[in-house]
Amino acid sequence: MALAVQLMLSGDGDLGEIVALSLRVSLTATALACLVGLPIGAVVAISRFRGRGAVLILMNALMGLPPVVVGLLVYLHLSRSGPLGFLGLLYTPTAMIIAQTILITPIIAALSRQVLEDLHAEYSEQFRSFCLTRRQTVSALLWDGRYSLLTVGLAGFGRAVAEVGAVIIVGGNIDHLTRVMTTAIALETSKGDLALALALGIVLLVIALGINAAVQGIRMTAVQQAHV
Amino acid sequence: MSDVALMTGLPEIARVRAASMTPMEASDVVLKLGGATVLDGVTFRLRPGGCTVIMGPNGAGKSLLLKLLHGLIRPTSGRVEWNGKPATEVTSRQSLVFQKPVLLRRSVMANLDFVLRARGADRSRREELLAHVGLEHKAEQPARLLSGGEAQRLAMARALATEPDVLLLDEPTASLDPASVLAIEKIMADARDRGVRTILVTHDPGQARRMADEVIFLHGGQVAEHAAASDFFSGPQCQVALDFMNGRIVV
Repeated sequence: MALAVQLMLSGDGDLGEIVALSLRVSLTATALACLVGLPIGAVVAISRFRGRGAVLILMNALMGLPPVVVGLLVYLHLSRSGPLGFLGLLYTPTAMIIAQTILITPIIAALSRQVLEDLHAEYSEQFRSFCLTRRQTVSALLWDGRYSLLTVGLAGFGRAVAEVGAVIIVGGNIDHLTRVMTTAIALETSKGDLALALALGIVLLVIALGINAAVQGIRMTAVQQAHV
Repeated sequence: MSDVALMTGLPEIARVRAASMTPMEASDVVLKLGGATVLDGVTFRLRPGGCTVIMGPNGAGKSLLLKLLHGLIRPTSGRVEWNGKPATEVTSRQSLVFQKPVLLRRSVMANLDFVLRARGADRSRREELLAHVGLEHKAEQPARLLSGGEAQRLAMARALATEPDVLLLDEPTASLDPASVLAIEKIMADARDRGVRTILVTHDPGQARRMADEVIFLHGGQVAEHAAASDFFSGPQCQVALDFMNGRIVV
């Protein structure tokens, strides 16, 4: 334990590198998942169509995608013999970003659908009176729901930064290249280097706490302005 | 062009445009919701100009009638037509102010900007609109923190931002204090005087007296009386309206 704290305080180069890559991969994946997932959630939230119930069930079910299965699917596509093998992306951070994006897009879509549907229930009559187009409705809902959607993004990021199954399959846990916090913890623990594993574990917790606190702070300000 | 010229130029345009929306005709309108008949054979005709007040006890179908006129809902049978066009095709030329204003989670100014931008209107008009409803000093404030009266004034400004030919108001001053009621009534009267065809649903007989050029009294989903304001207030022809105006409880 003392060793773990010492590692963190000494600003160990390897540790810093691993943390930075973790954040880069998971934050990029979260941003991409929001870019795709939020509009999907918004459109489903305001639409009424045949088979909507089935779509909702599918969206909710996809939230529980096992990371290893996503990792395997991405691996199959990116491996040398796979359809996208020519891109040479396997065992790169890009592959890890792709896997995590696929993993959390359904989470963002399903949770934002719920948030935005509630908001739309409040706004829909007024919006119809304004004669807004669907595009205007969707963008207004996304903007007015932005503080609630922060929590949705947070849920996605939390899932991405904490998962190990997908990144270890498509990233390969290569030192200085694709080693992130979760894969490093798994490796160091099995090697018996508990100090580094513990240090990484603590960093992971601190990051999770810090980001949650920041989002909470933003939301508190928003509540004061009655924007939530 | 100066603001003064802009302001004096408005009424003529409004009058001409409003004239193209009226007469409005509702013929044999029936509305059934979940098996219950809410409106049962409503027929009336509105001439151009002025303010029509719709009165009646709760559950008479006033608010739903307003939404039918606005084209937000369709009648089960019968027709609602503005100068020959179905109500659902002219929604954009009307504004509806709800009893409880639904304000966006943004600043006062952003609420106005939203409507002006969505409808492709001139955004420089927002200062003029804010001043018109007396909210220019609250422009930067979150709209959700406005008092009830201020929120409804913002809703009025937003409704007028689209330069509607027809203004529909659903109990806009319910549960507001007298000063706020006065402010809202002033804005309504001003719009009416500029030629915006105004249709007001209210429970308040005093407000009806102050605003109405004519009155439609609804009871049990039917038009119990449709009369000029002077005739209606000097003595309603039908018993329910008489009881209602005399402060008796009508169910």
